[in-house]
Amino acid sequence: MSWRIRLRRDKSLLLMTIPALALLLVFNYLPMAGIIVAFEHYDIYQGLVHSDFVGLDEFRQLVANPDFWHAFENTLVISFVQLVLYFPLPIALALMVNTVLSSKVRGFIQAVVYLPHFFSYVLVITIFQEFLGGAGVLNVFLNKHGISSWNVMTDPHTFKYLVTAQAVWKEAGWGLIVFLAALAAIDQSLYEAAAVDGAGRWRRMRHITMPGLRGIVVLMLVLRLGNALSVGFEQMLIQRQAVGAGAADVLDTYSYIYGIGGGFGSATTMGADYSYGAAAGLFKAVLSLILILGANRLAHAFGEDGLYRK
Amino acid sequence: MSSLTQSPPSRAVTTAPRKRAKGREVWEESPTWFGQFGKGTVLTVVCALVIVPVWAVVITSFSTKSSINAAGGLVLVPHGLSLQNYQLIFSGGTVSQALYVSLFVTLIGTALSMLVSVLAAYGLSRPRSFGQRPLLMMLIVTMFFNGGLIPTFLVVSDLKLYGSMWAMILPSMVNVFNILIIRSFFQNTAAEMIEAARLDGANEWRLLWSVVIPTSRPVLAVMTMFYAVTYWGTFFNALLYEPDSRKWPLAMVIYEYTYSGNQMPGMGTTGIGGLQNASQLGLQMCVVSLSLVPIIVLTPFVQKHFSKGMLTGAIKG
Repeated sequence: MSWRIRLRRDKSLLLMTIPALALLLVFNYLPMAGIIVAFEHYDIYQGLVHSDFVGLDEFRQLVANPDFWHAFENTLVISFVQLVLYFPLPIALALMVNTVLSSKVRGFIQAVVYLPHFFSYVLVITIFQEFLGGAGVLNVFLNKHGISSWNVMTDPHTFKYLVTAQAVWKEAGWGLIVFLAALAAIDQSLYEAAAVDGAGRWRRMRHITMPGLRGIVVLMLVLRLGNALSVGFEQMLIQRQAVGAGAADVLDTYSYIYGIGGGFGSATTMGADYSYGAAAGLFKAVLSLILILGANRLAHAFGEDGLYRK
Repeated sequence: MSSLTQSPPSRAVTTAPRKRAKGREVWEESPTWFGQFGKGTVLTVVCALVIVPVWAVVITSFSTKSSINAAGGLVLVPHGLSLQNYQLIFSGGTVSQALYVSLFVTLIGTALSMLVSVLAAYGLSRPRSFGQRPLLMMLIVTMFFNGGLIPTFLVVSDLKLYGSMWAMILPSMVNVFNILIIRSFFQNTAAEMIEAARLDGANEWRLLWSVVIPTSRPVLAVMTMFYAVTYWGTFFNALLYEPDSRKWPLAMVIYEYTYSGNQMPGMGTTGIGGLQNASQLGLQMCVVSLSLVPIIVLTPFVQKHFSKGMLTGAIKG
């Protein structure tokens, strides 16, 4: 069929995609072109086109700034802590929920643990604040029993565990869904056959359940690795004032704070250096892309599909 | 990368969660008393970790200043509940205003998002349509790479959206991930039904409206909820683009007056009588409770469809 005929045939389909494409062009592709700001000394009055082009100047400043490397280190550390302490939890929870026989109880547990996924981080952190903060439930209890108080919310040393706890509370129940569905998809006759052959509960788990979950676990791991540099932007931003920049600055917040500044917490606000912030953002975006592609290659090496197939 | 979008639709169907038979299979040994008890304890604790905080927040919002003071913070055991906190924040002022903003952003935003997403999903779901592959690539690239915060901020500012409520809607109106999930459901609509409708003279618009949408209600319900919840909790766009506190949504108000510890100003009743008798904490928990309401009300209705939507999404990217 010639393309003219196909175009005429499908013109209403194309028409339908136009609104979405137009929005993506404006809010996703236009900013990609706007990355050029990272290679300029951006001047608001000159605009993108007429500002001075300075090449890699901003990047040179960036890599020479110890604060930037500190944010980079924070990103990696928090990401690693989350990988170790968060990643296995939904799997363990799914294995446990899956063995609950009553469908009513199972439904109830799921409904409860899904819930926090829909709370915004502002809500999650507010709730944490009221329980663990200086005037929170924990410290009221500690004081009552004469133990010295501990404001978890402002302690920079344990901050990485605090944000992980918040992420777990918010997302672990939601992460459960995928693994539960994968468990439900395992052929039950395998279990029966193994039981007939004399395999006990643990051997069936080891030889049937685990291989059955392998594909989805690898996929989730790939997604996680690909997003390793995007840890809890909102979380960090909201709590930055309480724990200080030293603990809370990650690549995303660094780009934001230096680039735009934000109209709050003026003590820690840098100016609006758009070019510098954009350079930090681009640095992160490029590294993230490499991570995603690399993680996918890793998935292929394991014989799994990953995000896309070979 | 193209196979991401072209994997056979059958995969989503075969992995759909199966209904589990009642009771234990005959060949399964019954669990030990200890194992059963341990599992029950763990699951109870997990559920309590969610229920107790939500309960405490809601109960505190209904508590008077004296019972909040007596508890030294959040109230866990209800004692002399009252509506006075709610009366105060609904009497006009910051919170009432934020509630309007949040409702506006959520209703308009969700409607527009769904409209655009469903259209795009259908436009890209018919087999071998013109230009489908390059268009899909255009969508998917945005999932892997973006210009970053600063260039996006400059674009939004250049469009004169800074300070406008549309800045909380337009930049996040399209969610590519959601579109791909809806698309994969549309692809699973029975081909016979579409063929029959086409023979009866239905064009693509008619097909979408009368055949595809009615048969995809579950996924559309889930996606509506996803969008609605995102708009309801919108925070960062407000922080970035909204300098005027009268245009702040609820989440921004909570951030400003609860987390960063500023006192809530302009509660409507000019302070004197009302605020003296009300506890700041009680008022704050009112706002938090208000933000929870739509989520707690909506979740049970769409919960049974979550797994289908999530799984399709996870497997098909």
